[in-house]
Amino acid sequence: MAAAVASRTAPAPVLVELRDVTKVYGVGESEVRALDGASLRIDDGEFVAVMGASGSGKSTCLNMLGCLDVPTAGNFLFRGVDVGTLTLDQLALLRRNYLGFVFQGFNLLARTSAVENVELPLVYRRVGARERRARAMQALEDVGLGARAKHTPAELSGGQQQRVAIARAIVTQPQLLLADEPTGNLDSARKVEIMKLLVELNQTRGITIAMVTHEPEMAEFVSRTVNFRDGKVEWDSKSGEPPPRSGRTSVPGRAGPP
Amino acid sequence: MIWATIVMAIREIRRNTMRSVLTTLGIVIGVGSVIAMVTLGRAATAKITADIANMGTNLLIISPGSERRGPTSASAPALKVDDAKAIEREVAAVSKVAPTASRGALIVYGNKNWSSTVTGSTNEYFAVRGFTIAKGQSFSDAQLQGGTPVCILGETVRKELFGPQDAIGAAIRVGNVSCNVVGILASKGQSTFGQDQDDFLVMPLSAFQRRIAGSNDVGAIFVSASSDKLTTKAKQQIEALMRERRRIAPGQANDFAVQDMKEISNTLGSVTGALTALLGAIAGVSLLVGGIGIMNIMLVSVTERTREIGLRLAIGARGAEVLMQFLIEAVALSTLGGGLGIVFGLAISFAATRALKMPFALAPDIMLIAVGFSATIGVGFGFFPARKAARLNPIEALRHE
Ligand SMILES: Nc1ncnc2c1ncn2[C@@H]1O[C@H](COP(=O)(O)OP(=O)(O)OP(=O)(O)O)[C@@H](O)[C@H]1O
Ligand SMILES: [Mg+2]
Repeated sequence: MAAAVASRTAPAPVLVELRDVTKVYGVGESEVRALDGASLRIDDGEFVAVMGASGSGKSTCLNMLGCLDVPTAGNFLFRGVDVGTLTLDQLALLRRNYLGFVFQGFNLLARTSAVENVELPLVYRRVGARERRARAMQALEDVGLGARAKHTPAELSGGQQQRVAIARAIVTQPQLLLADEPTGNLDSARKVEIMKLLVELNQTRGITIAMVTHEPEMAEFVSRTVNFRDGKVEWDSKSGEPPPRSGRTSVPGRAGPP
Repeated sequence: MIWATIVMAIREIRRNTMRSVLTTLGIVIGVGSVIAMVTLGRAATAKITADIANMGTNLLIISPGSERRGPTSASAPALKVDDAKAIEREVAAVSKVAPTASRGALIVYGNKNWSSTVTGSTNEYFAVRGFTIAKGQSFSDAQLQGGTPVCILGETVRKELFGPQDAIGAAIRVGNVSCNVVGILASKGQSTFGQDQDDFLVMPLSAFQRRIAGSNDVGAIFVSASSDKLTTKAKQQIEALMRERRRIAPGQANDFAVQDMKEISNTLGSVTGALTALLGAIAGVSLLVGGIGIMNIMLVSVTERTREIGLRLAIGARGAEVLMQFLIEAVALSTLGGGLGIVFGLAISFAATRALKMPFALAPDIMLIAVGFSATIGVGFGFFPARKAARLNPIEALRHE
């Protein structure tokens, strides 16, 4: 599998691709189609903003891209490998080595210091204790939380917890960073700071980023915007078409095609 | 990786101090109390059995008075030396017979005096009661027959009167009889019921009867059955003989009693056995309660743990790695709790057996059962919810509530 997932240098297949993916939660009466035939392809180096109304399937899509969940129908390809054919352990290794995830609900370990939370992905990557600590501290500095490293989540504000979650996702320098509303709880100055950090990670370290956001103004930092509606990709700035109802849910990206 | 997992498990134990302490405590209390109770119960049984064996080998005691009214009943005729002789002659299952009579007396040596019991008997008495002569010698035939006032001292009497001095050959006064010490008995210590078995002295029965009691009555006849298996038979034969000698019509109750020490020992043994079982059952309940406590703590934390497992899976842990961590955590807590429980249980039973002067013996079977039980619960309830969670996909686990 490692060979199939390939290195960055080889003429790699497409980073991730959803092909007509459907995700159904529940059965019978309570059935919910969180994704309903969504197709989306993200190439190396892109910075994608995923937008759409609440409940339109953004988080579900991101979970899929993050190999946290598997499609009910359709295919999800990671570097050309159909993720649906992988075992749980193989998925875990994929997440460990190539992916970083910022959850909508942070999901920090309680009663555990910020720096230990940030170290956690490195533990599973078998990084030695000293290097782990150094990299975790650096990641916390990057999100402006160096001074709060020893604090537990309960001692941090919502925005600070969110930044710890971001630090935990970027500490491994993943190939693909998935962030579910990473700026949702931040004030506008912080938002800009975090967005600049993400842009820098994207541009200088080549980390591909897909980020869910509700705020059209965040789109000015990204290279592409994708709009979800009822579990489908309703509009993609890459297609060159004009947005369907401009102003409500989406704004063209700065690097969108002319 | 195993090392990193162990480190992680230990960190988890520390992070969840309350949960860890409560889990460990549940195990410690359960294991400790079971071990303490059962060890104590067994020590008591062993102690009682040993004490009764110590009273004499295959000992039967014949005393006047019906069993129901007690041996000191005034209406029953006294035993005589002839009864002892008849038993010795006619009961095949008997090896040694010692007619005895006792009375309290003040013993005086020099300026020291000590209130004790004086027993008149024969040399058989020592064998029947399991005494050995530590110093000096037993009575000579001439002394026994002639009623010579000589005596053999129990260790307590010797110590009280003579201290470090040599007692053999000394003349003491027993009541108002002057008496030469010819021997010292080896100490037997306390009986089950806390009686000092060395606080008495023995003189020839004839001397006792003539000079101290002033009558030729015998208080009790101590008999040793010829073997361990023959005590019941000996008892039956003695009863038949005594009924004949005392002319008791068929259907009439005995006016004497034959006590079989082995029977008493068995009865006491079964009582203490039942007591051990009872204590064990009570302790078993505390083990169960401890187990339920552990179960509760583990189940209450399942939601938090399931989410934690989801997160670990989401950031790239494999199911097996997460499970290993939880297994190590559960095993570590169970082992710690079990170990502390053993120490705690043994400490209590050791202290208690010391205080009660009982023999202390390890009960490895119970230790194994107790630790096995609590470890099963600790590992079971720590590990199985984790295993369930580790099989979910990360998103499901993270959404657990
Ligand atoms: N585990 C689940 N069980 C049942 N329904 C679910 C589950 N997860 C998501 N859904 C449903 O799927 C739909 C899409 O959910 P999703 O979380 O992807 O929305 P979203 O676009 O991220 O919304 P928001 O902007 O509010 O975060 C919603 O209607 C939601 O109720
Ligand atoms: Mg969402």
